[in-house]
Amino acid sequence: MARSFREVLQSADFIVTSEIGPPKGCDLSKMEHHIEMLKEKVHALNVTDHQSSVMRYPSLGGAILIKEKGGEPILQMTCRDRNRLALQADLLFAYSRGVRNVLCLTGDAVPVGDHKTAKAVFDLDSTQLLRTIRTLETGKDLGGNPLEGKVEFCAGAIVTPEARPLEPQLIKFEKKVECGAEFFQTQAIYDLDKFSAFMDYAHKFPVKILAGIVLLTSAKMAKYMTENVPGIFVPPNLIEELANAPKGQALKKGIEIAGRMIREIKEKKVCAGVHIMAIGREELVPEILQVAGIEVSP
Amino acid sequence: MLRAITRPKPVAEIMELLGEMDRIFLIGCGTCPTLAHTGGLAEVLEMEKKLKERLKMVTGFLVIPVACDNLTEEAFRQQREAIQEAQALLIMTCAYGVQTISQFVDLPVFPALDTLFIGKEMGPGLFQEICQQCGECILGETGGICPVTSCHKGLVNGPCGGTNNGKCEIDPQKDCAWTLIYERLQKQGRLSAMRKYHPPKNYQVAPKPGKILLDIERGED
Repeated sequence: MARSFREVLQSADFIVTSEIGPPKGCDLSKMEHHIEMLKEKVHALNVTDHQSSVMRYPSLGGAILIKEKGGEPILQMTCRDRNRLALQADLLFAYSRGVRNVLCLTGDAVPVGDHKTAKAVFDLDSTQLLRTIRTLETGKDLGGNPLEGKVEFCAGAIVTPEARPLEPQLIKFEKKVECGAEFFQTQAIYDLDKFSAFMDYAHKFPVKILAGIVLLTSAKMAKYMTENVPGIFVPPNLIEELANAPKGQALKKGIEIAGRMIREIKEKKVCAGVHIMAIGREELVPEILQVAGIEVSP
Repeated sequence: MLRAITRPKPVAEIMELLGEMDRIFLIGCGTCPTLAHTGGLAEVLEMEKKLKERLKMVTGFLVIPVACDNLTEEAFRQQREAIQEAQALLIMTCAYGVQTISQFVDLPVFPALDTLFIGKEMGPGLFQEICQQCGECILGETGGICPVTSCHKGLVNGPCGGTNNGKCEIDPQKDCAWTLIYERLQKQGRLSAMRKYHPPKNYQVAPKPGKILLDIERGED
């Protein structure tokens, strides 16, 4: 039987997870295809929760689908859309359907998404959601009421190693550790020297860090992310490398860069593993892993 | 001083509200809407012009010194005739003013403004929300800067991942409240305050709608 994600986290293995983006709508065929393709190739599949505040098929539905197909899901939960009753209820639901891993996020702001006039909830934040999980595990809900049956989750969170200023993010990171985070996914990293400096700090904490790998698809996309996405900085030499790729070969170059970075992180033992975000191009993840020379054992 | 910050409704929306009612009495307020240039004398006269252009008859107007005050009833007595000629009141005050006025007249009342928040004028024409009256003040631990109000997400345990060079993910012009709090606490040598975990907020501190009988006779504990 395949290992649970927590067992993988506790092992010495180089950990690989991949993101799965649910569809806009109820046609699950593409997501099913991605799950089938990736479930044996990574340790866990991580389903986004209305990423960028764009309404989609729910992460819980995606996580259950992964479980049904024999994969190991990580349920992303943001605090943007549900109050503490709904979040706790969804955690109970997730557990009852075999979902054991949760990634706790605050969630993007409503106005960046496609329902700009919606009410933002943020009844809890990411630290409070982590602590909610640990509270439920004691057999009680946030109201102090006893629960029938016990839940147990492997809980993770997010950190941005290149945030500016960095110290407030690190204080929050430590708060998340104290609130029960066992693993962290990072925002996309492209500068391994800077990331190594962050890891010198993060190694002090009893958590596993998965470096965020976002597939670069073109020089234009790399520039856009650097200019617009908080905490993402693609160094000029990588942008140049993409720009210099022969016509129609930029994506191939992006795959090569991602694979090369994963290989280096593994060889230099920079951190415990990687989390690959192919953003709608999940079918390319096996190719990235091939370039990286990585084969995971379930 | 804290003010009710208001914004004019589009004229088309006002005309739809008024519908078939042709005789209108206009009311402005000498306090917050005057400061915000949304319901002072100049704006009331401008509205009179707009209504006339749209073939409405303005039976009179009144700029009440403080529309939300109970003295408003007195101001009404002096204008009784012009008000009685009207079919409706178009009120260029905050929602509090509209509700106060509605207690003193039987005529339909229509708001000409939307009330946005309770805030302060930071510069000419620049209004900023200061307090959301959450009932659980944490300013003592956040360097006197309110994240419940000033952080877009109202986060009480530190910044989200959307903060960027001290700005907010919703607007590159908007300061990240948690960067400001961090800088203030750092200056004061009190960064440890940022490490304190705040449990989920109590959103039922006051009954909703808020109503409380304070024991003003009570001495110190």
